[in-house]
Amino acid sequence: MTDATQINAIEALEDKEPQKPARSQWKDVWDQFRKHKGALFGGGFLLFITLFVLLGPLIWQLDPQKLDIRNKDIRPIYTWLWHGDAKVAWNRPLGTDNLGRDMLANMIKGGRTSLAVGWAAMVLALVLGTLIGVLSGYFKRLDGVLMRFTDLVLSLPLLPLLLVAVTLFRQPLRAAYGPEGGMFVLIVGIIGITSWMQTARIVRGEILALKEREFILAARSIGTTPYKIITRHLLPNIMSPIMVSATLGLATAIITESALSFLGVGFPSDFPTWGKMLADSVPRMTEYPERVVLPGIAISLTVLSVNYLGDGLRDALDPRIRGR
Amino acid sequence: MLTFTIRRLILSVPTLLFIALVIFMLMELAPGDPMAQVPLTVPPEVKEKMREALGLGQPAHIRFFKWLYQFFIIEPMVFWDWLWGTTYTEGVQRVISWQTRSPVMDIVIQRMPQTLWVVAMAYIVGVLIALPIGIYSAYRQYSVFDQTGTFVSMIGFSIPPFFTGPLLIVLFSVQLGWLPSIYDTTHVVTDWASFKVQFMQMIMPVMVLALQTTAQISRYMRASVLENLNQDYVRTARAKGLSEAIVVMVHVLRNSMIPVVTVIALGMPAIFGGAIITENVFKVNGIGQLLLTALFANDIPMVLTLTFIFAILIVLFNLIADVLYGVLDPRIRYD
Repeated sequence: MTDATQINAIEALEDKEPQKPARSQWKDVWDQFRKHKGALFGGGFLLFITLFVLLGPLIWQLDPQKLDIRNKDIRPIYTWLWHGDAKVAWNRPLGTDNLGRDMLANMIKGGRTSLAVGWAAMVLALVLGTLIGVLSGYFKRLDGVLMRFTDLVLSLPLLPLLLVAVTLFRQPLRAAYGPEGGMFVLIVGIIGITSWMQTARIVRGEILALKEREFILAARSIGTTPYKIITRHLLPNIMSPIMVSATLGLATAIITESALSFLGVGFPSDFPTWGKMLADSVPRMTEYPERVVLPGIAISLTVLSVNYLGDGLRDALDPRIRGR
Repeated sequence: MLTFTIRRLILSVPTLLFIALVIFMLMELAPGDPMAQVPLTVPPEVKEKMREALGLGQPAHIRFFKWLYQFFIIEPMVFWDWLWGTTYTEGVQRVISWQTRSPVMDIVIQRMPQTLWVVAMAYIVGVLIALPIGIYSAYRQYSVFDQTGTFVSMIGFSIPPFFTGPLLIVLFSVQLGWLPSIYDTTHVVTDWASFKVQFMQMIMPVMVLALQTTAQISRYMRASVLENLNQDYVRTARAKGLSEAIVVMVHVLRNSMIPVVTVIALGMPAIFGGAIITENVFKVNGIGQLLLTALFANDIPMVLTLTFIFAILIVLFNLIADVLYGVLDPRIRYD
């Protein structure tokens, strides 16, 4: 009798096929992410706007800088709906500005710059923040110094300093990298080095908690070097807070760039960004409200979708919330 | 608690010195000569005299300490003189603006009330709107009100003030003609009619600034109330037969205000930064606008002093937040 049960038990263990298809971690994440309607919308819109500014120039091949005085001040095509005699033209779907430059082409070009600044500044802030966070979380000797430094930077008045730095360093960087490249380097650099602090704090906290876990002890006991422990064991485990703070960073970087452009210290005016277009059209916004509204909506929707994306990512990447 | 406060106050001195150094070095390292606009026909020795008149003759570290001395010793003494009518600072060199050739602090004092009125009102209005929204959306979690509140505050986060400002101007000043688009700072309130004018011109700047505050603080309030609603003491209070109003408005509210109060204190400096943009949109001549014009005019002493005033505000409110946290929550002991 004992023989029979034993044989049965062994047979039961010999399942050739798994009962359910295997589930990877990323499939779980995706399933949770899909439940968050706002995040899905946000991700979709961000993808759309990125494709719009990347592929836009291939489809809409008008030069955004081309002056066409005869066709100036054309209203967007939709004004025709309630304004039968408005000056509209099908070959200028979003109208033209007071110098006859095409609005759609400018929106594409401006969006390209705004998003490029946002992504680049976010990546810079993320790299700096992760580096400082990992160093101060992992190496006890550096912790005190780096965290005091972070606190100090956190108590700097950032917007005034950004204004000061951009105004004062504009000329030499322009001379070094050209008017557009210089401004890009300056704005990305300045936003990046003033927004890494939150990431650094979050990363440090996570590292401090993870460092005491058994798998790190195991890794250290087989002689893994600190560099390998950080890159192979610690960093993959803190990907989710990093990604969440990345989305927040992207949103703030886009807003900050637009704010600088709005205050008149951003890119030169023949080099459109959404914030610059908005600022340039404010004086005539009573006659041509669309020139303020279109870039404004573009900025707001992009930031809104990024914020929703971050919200969804936070839920999806946290294994404690996932599956509930 | 007192020792903690004193310790924090002493610790904030090196922080402020460091910030002053950073700001000063930023201006120092920046290329850009205040004499750049002077015509080339002016002989170099005259130029040298002019530089010295601007206080640029000495090396950087001496100028830094002189500025510190002027800011921390002379200016408070001037204030003391003004307060009590004494004459300690007769003929003493103060921080002079290169633009107007008058003392920087006098201009700042002129501009300060406008900023304070708009910013402080905006903050109070924002907080007063945010708290009930946060409490109610936590009390009715996942209700229609909560969902709407989440959505609206998400939008409030995302729409920058330099977009809402012009939008409101087009809507309320141009299309409807209800509110003035420019903030008139020379307006004096004497009677009811002039108070109404003042009220009307403050609505838009205050609402633009308050939108962001409301979005942020109502989220914090909601999270904090939600956390407290599931606690044992709430069940006990209900079991005792207390009414729902008392349970929520007294027991839960008090406990959930602890983290929110610190958030409110910490958010104060950020709204001064936001005021730079709002002042620019509504043409309020406050300190944010003063900073912008000084920047474009290359008026280094003015920019230095104003940025440092912003820094003092941040350090001060961080300190207030820390102290409040200890005062409000008896579980936290710093000593």
